[in-house]
Amino acid sequence: MIKHIVDFFGDRKYVNQRHRLFYLVLVLIVAADFLVSRNHAHYLWERLPGWSAFYGFGSCVLLIFVSKFLGHQGGLMRREDYYD
Amino acid sequence: MTDFVHPTLLFVLGALPIPFLKGPIRKAYLLLIPALAILAVLTMQPGNYGTAQIIGQEILIAKVDKLSIVFATVFTVMAQIGIVYALHLTRPGQHVAAFIYVGSALGVVFAGDYLTLFLFWEGMAFASAYLIFAQRGEQAIRAGFRYIMVHITGGVVLLGGIILYGVATGSVLFGPIFGEKGVAAYLILAGFTLNAAVPPLNAWLTDAYPEATVTGAVFMSAFTTKTAVYVLARAFPGTELLVWLGTAMALYGVVYAVLENDCRRLLAYHIVSQVGYMVAGVGIGTEMAVNGAVSHAFAHILYKALLFMGAGAVIHVTGRRKLTELGGLYKTMPVTVVLYMVGAFAISAFPFFSGFVTKSMVVAAAGQDQRALVVLALTMASSGTFLHTGLKLPYYMFFGTDRRLEAREPPRNMLVAMGMAAVMCIAIGVFPQPLYALLPYRVDFEPYTGVHITESLGVLMFTALGFVLFLKALDPENTISIDTDWFYRKGARRFMWFAEKPLARYEKAVSDVSETTALPFLHGAARVGLWIDLTGVDAVVNGVARSVLRGGGMLRQLQTGVVTHYALAMIVGVIAAIVVFAVAWR
Repeated sequence: MIKHIVDFFGDRKYVNQRHRLFYLVLVLIVAADFLVSRNHAHYLWERLPGWSAFYGFGSCVLLIFVSKFLGHQGGLMRREDYYD
Repeated sequence: MTDFVHPTLLFVLGALPIPFLKGPIRKAYLLLIPALAILAVLTMQPGNYGTAQIIGQEILIAKVDKLSIVFATVFTVMAQIGIVYALHLTRPGQHVAAFIYVGSALGVVFAGDYLTLFLFWEGMAFASAYLIFAQRGEQAIRAGFRYIMVHITGGVVLLGGIILYGVATGSVLFGPIFGEKGVAAYLILAGFTLNAAVPPLNAWLTDAYPEATVTGAVFMSAFTTKTAVYVLARAFPGTELLVWLGTAMALYGVVYAVLENDCRRLLAYHIVSQVGYMVAGVGIGTEMAVNGAVSHAFAHILYKALLFMGAGAVIHVTGRRKLTELGGLYKTMPVTVVLYMVGAFAISAFPFFSGFVTKSMVVAAAGQDQRALVVLALTMASSGTFLHTGLKLPYYMFFGTDRRLEAREPPRNMLVAMGMAAVMCIAIGVFPQPLYALLPYRVDFEPYTGVHITESLGVLMFTALGFVLFLKALDPENTISIDTDWFYRKGARRFMWFAEKPLARYEKAVSDVSETTALPFLHGAARVGLWIDLTGVDAVVNGVARSVLRGGGMLRQLQTGVVTHYALAMIVGVIAAIVVFAVAWR
């Protein structure tokens, strides 16, 4: 059974099913975020449904591009023999 | 039944017979000792054990309370898992080192005074260094020496702080350092934060862990940084500086993880990131925050070990460690994939996995403490955590480009150890109450609320969307990243260059001066000295000698060798003495 599950995520032939499942999950999460109660919200953004999805996506993109910028333009990434 | 058996004793004394045991007996023995240690921790009673006076200082070998018990629990459980993972090793060296390492970590956890703490602190550094050296190979040995040198430096700083603290307060008992912090407190803090891998003192970790042996790195990922979290929680709760250091390091580790190509170095950067949550929690210092930090340390040890075991299994089977050289292993290692992913879900704090019930406690405590910026930064770091350990690493290691590597599942003991850790990760996530009951303060926190679940899933799954859309930008590159170890790796080279070039030139200049100026002057001075010696000093010496010789000749004439002459002289002497006594004394 484990092999089947892992194959579903690896094998090329399931690629369309994977994508459909993935987007369905995204829609469900945002929909659920509109339905849950927000009585204990501390901060302004916590009262906005869908905020976490937006923030998660934004964080991810920001981290990728800021890090790569620091790596390439900031000179953090070096050839592997840099210390030799 | 005694109230307290020190688990350090079990591990350190228990390490001694390992080299003399063989085959199945050794395996059984290796499994028995951590089991006994778990039993010792479960049955111990809070209190103070082993007080003594050494060089006029009060020593407290073991102070048992809720905080030390929770760390000791996870340490002994982790030791059991780590030993199972390493059970296939035939050489005894790494087992002995691991036992002493675990024993020392437990020694720190129970230490009631700074001197005991320091002793075990250094024990940890040396025992763990062996796990790097055991990898052999030039790269590992160089990394091992850097590791040990950084830790010795940190140890000296810590010892300096301890001595100043002892002189200032008159006691070396280990406890919270309140109030205005002086030099002593900051030196101790620096020693502790070095082991917690707080930037800029983090590079020893990410430098050394990926060079350690497959099994050694699993132990290392668990103990050094988490004993540091323990001592910080004990001595420095509520230190504002730690809030910001912790928040910064949570993001620091994530940024570097984007750039990393070595699978275990990527995981090591996530230790830095995750320990950031704990350091921030300790810094906030409220009951909920300290609970969060401690429980997160507990969960972290298990899932991080699981991730290191997964990556280690890949290295063990394929002999490769770079993401640019791995891929397509899911077909041959499906069980490893699933077990690794349990660890990845746990570190990413998916609902029903351990990180969900612990990490959120730190974030919620920051929220309650009105620290909006900390909440936002830590949430961003969570996104990065899933991006790397949950998506990037498994994608390029197990899926991605099929490199047609020859692979199979790792040895059974490795899978069993990973299974044990995976069960713990899920059990803590589903039933957090037993862990909450172990925490130092009463827990008033409910992780499973609707909004918490949807918010977490929102952050995580939309991170996955970002990953899917920008996959190309994340392709691993064949590079290494410069971290603060640059200062001592390149800096040491500068120093050597300085030693060879300017310093050597300086030395040459000095010797030139001595040859052209000083040497003739010295020659002249020597000649003058010789003349004075010959004419003045010799004359005096000769004169004295001649006088002594003459005096000796005169005295010799008195020595006739005839006994009666001596007797006569003695009688004359006695009479003279009586006369002197009778006439002069009166």
